[in-house]
Amino acid sequence: MEPGAAAAVGTAGAVGAAASAGAPAAAAAAAAGASAAAVSASYCPLPLPLSDGEQQCYSELFARCCCAPATSSSFFSSSSSSSSSSSSSSSSSSSSSSSSSSAGHPQPAAELGRGASLPGPAATAGANQVGDLFRASQLPAETLHQITELCGAKRVGYFGLTQFYVALKLIAAAQSGLPVQVESIKCELPLPQFMALKNDEIRYSNPTELHGMKCQIPYVTMEKNSFKRVDDGEKQQEKMSPIMSPVSSPPSSPSSYQRVPLTYGYGKLRSGMDQMHAAPYETRQHTLQQEGSTSGSHGPKPTRRQTSLIQSLSVEREPQESNSNYPDDPWRITEEQREYYINQFKSLQPDLSSFISGSLAKNFFTKSKLTIPELSYIWELSDVDCDGALTLPEFCAAFHLIVARKNGYPLPESLPQTLQPDYLQTAFLKPKWDCALFDSYSESMPVNQQPRDLNRIESSIKEKTDLTAPAQDVNIDDKQALKISSVDEAMPKDLSVDTAAKPGLLPPPPALPPRPLMSQTEQVSEIELHPQLTRTPSQTEESGSPVKKDLPHTQPPSKPIRRKFRPENQVMENQEPSSVSGTSSVPTVPTVKPHASIQKQSSKQKKAIQTAIRKNKEANAVLARLNSELQQQLKEVHQERIALENQLEQLRPVTVL
Amino acid sequence: MAVCIAVIAKENYPLYIRSIPAEQELKFHYTVHTSLDVVDEKVSAMGKALVDQRELYLGLLYPTEDYKVSLLSRLGIPCVKSMFPNQLHRYGYVTNSKVKFVMVVDSSNTALRDNEIRSMFRKLHNSYTDVMCNPFYNPGDRIHSRAFDNMVTSMMVQVC
Repeated sequence: MEPGAAAAVGTAGAVGAAASAGAPAAAAAAAAGASAAAVSASYCPLPLPLSDGEQQCYSELFARCCCAPATSSSFFSSSSSSSSSSSSSSSSSSSSSSSSSSAGHPQPAAELGRGASLPGPAATAGANQVGDLFRASQLPAETLHQITELCGAKRVGYFGLTQFYVALKLIAAAQSGLPVQVESIKCELPLPQFMALKNDEIRYSNPTELHGMKCQIPYVTMEKNSFKRVDDGEKQQEKMSPIMSPVSSPPSSPSSYQRVPLTYGYGKLRSGMDQMHAAPYETRQHTLQQEGSTSGSHGPKPTRRQTSLIQSLSVEREPQESNSNYPDDPWRITEEQREYYINQFKSLQPDLSSFISGSLAKNFFTKSKLTIPELSYIWELSDVDCDGALTLPEFCAAFHLIVARKNGYPLPESLPQTLQPDYLQTAFLKPKWDCALFDSYSESMPVNQQPRDLNRIESSIKEKTDLTAPAQDVNIDDKQALKISSVDEAMPKDLSVDTAAKPGLLPPPPALPPRPLMSQTEQVSEIELHPQLTRTPSQTEESGSPVKKDLPHTQPPSKPIRRKFRPENQVMENQEPSSVSGTSSVPTVPTVKPHASIQKQSSKQKKAIQTAIRKNKEANAVLARLNSELQQQLKEVHQERIALENQLEQLRPVTVL
Repeated sequence: MAVCIAVIAKENYPLYIRSIPAEQELKFHYTVHTSLDVVDEKVSAMGKALVDQRELYLGLLYPTEDYKVSLLSRLGIPCVKSMFPNQLHRYGYVTNSKVKFVMVVDSSNTALRDNEIRSMFRKLHNSYTDVMCNPFYNPGDRIHSRAFDNMVTSMMVQVC
């Protein structure tokens, strides 16, 4: 299996070797590869004499280019498998031994590529992927243009199989020093090299490696500040791979690298903390391997990174692996980045579901040394609801934009879709579960506040049929009766919003028990309720209650909540029922028993509740201000009315006359 | 068509002036400046603060030269509409914090309805509020917000 894996990933002879591999997957992959080679040979109506090895490699490349724009979910799987495969393959190349387990991985990855790869002659490779691949060949831009022209892609407008193969052949020719002409491809050429590899054999079957190499390039080019704007378009699977070949040297023509994924920049930011170079990449491989297998466990790395990141908010950049499973999108926040942003948010505002005020954020972002107009613009982009405060998604978007700007990316005209708060919010919820953030929540929030809110949550939950809280009924039954009636009035308004928010929250990780699941959604509804319930009465109530420990921390949809501040009428109406509920409920929540997970969840829950309280306070302040203004207006209107009526009376006798 | 939109601060210095076509900018600046007097007069005549939404809108300001400017009080004082055969109308709007919006409108082709003007002012006010919310904006600075610019552009183009 090992030799089969290595060979399959490698060059000629792979087919036979792979066929000899024992695993059925390997056999299937090998068979696919063999058939692919055969098929492509039959398909290829080129005058090209392609050897077997070339055929296979080209077809693999083509397949990768074709199927690279996969969905993020498939990316995840493929990237995790390919990341582990990359680690395995690189380790197998560097040292001739590789673990059998990891050896198994390349097969699925290759299979993924090959299985999807028999696109036949009619398939076209994505232009982005092809472009990136060509640039990875380290040829100057003019040469690449020539090649594209020669191979006919420009003529037909797309990279079909034939064009792709011709292009690859031309690249090989160019790399061998031959002039880029059609005649050059007639002769026997070595396989084209895409970025310096550890060995001379081509390793582009390993996407992470390929991208890892590309990591080096952006680093160099960044220093020369020759970046151009990276569009949002799907790019080839470029992940920050630590698996950079030590051989890779900065490309001869950095200018040819026109598009640098922002993730690289972030990787650099992240790596800046660790100040790692190619040497430690070997160690990274193992961590990458681990992380590739466990999608959610970012705990050790981010914490490590975070400390150094915090120290250097600016620049020391180095390419670094990222656990990003997304297609390369400069405006997409990777897991590690998110972790970092969240930690930064916490340093400013420990309650993750509350806001960071404008002044606080201003001081913080000013430290980034960007100019005020730029910061102002970034704020404008990221503060979607224009309320002068940043929620966690908004903060992450702003931070992301700042980092992008510092890396030289021009700011977008409008907030990219992947930085929209609602997008980030849903994205946050899932990883939040697994994050080691739980530990940070152990700082004790005023436990008292929780049960109060929990009561409200639970009562609101009862309204929602889609939630079932069997476990919690025991705890909340006694309080429900009082709350439900008052909350009912507030509920209907929220239901629409809540149900909208729910879908984003509902799919919790299967690992968690149903109780926390419930509480997560409860938390959401709780948060949504809060703005509508008067805070002041609630806060006084909260001070007296025992802790309820089973609500995990979630990322409540703060967006819909805050928007509710604007329709003051809605708030006014809700103040009535809220005051009722505030006064009537007496929390008597029995304390929960110590479960390790439950305790964590409770601390998270405390955090969430505190966040909600804070938000409520802010909303309260806004409303109070608004109220006073309206009162003033009312007074003035009254006075004017009186004045007018006087005038009218004075005028009346005149008309009578 | 809104040919000029100006945001004047409380102390009567401009925070934002934008006009099309560009060569008549100076003339518009002058127009806006003179209309400030009218605005002030209107504000004081109205008594206390023009806080209520409907009183924020001052309506057409008084006539001068090329510009048909007449004052339309929200409180029902009969408006003086000039019969000048001119194209440019000036409209005023004051916010709670005494920030004034003045809009010069060319109504030669389309007679803009009052409601449309009001809605334009409302949009302006909302955008201005959003600019205010930005912590990096210091009140009294010139307004550089791109969102605000875009909104004004849309108004100037759309009303065209």
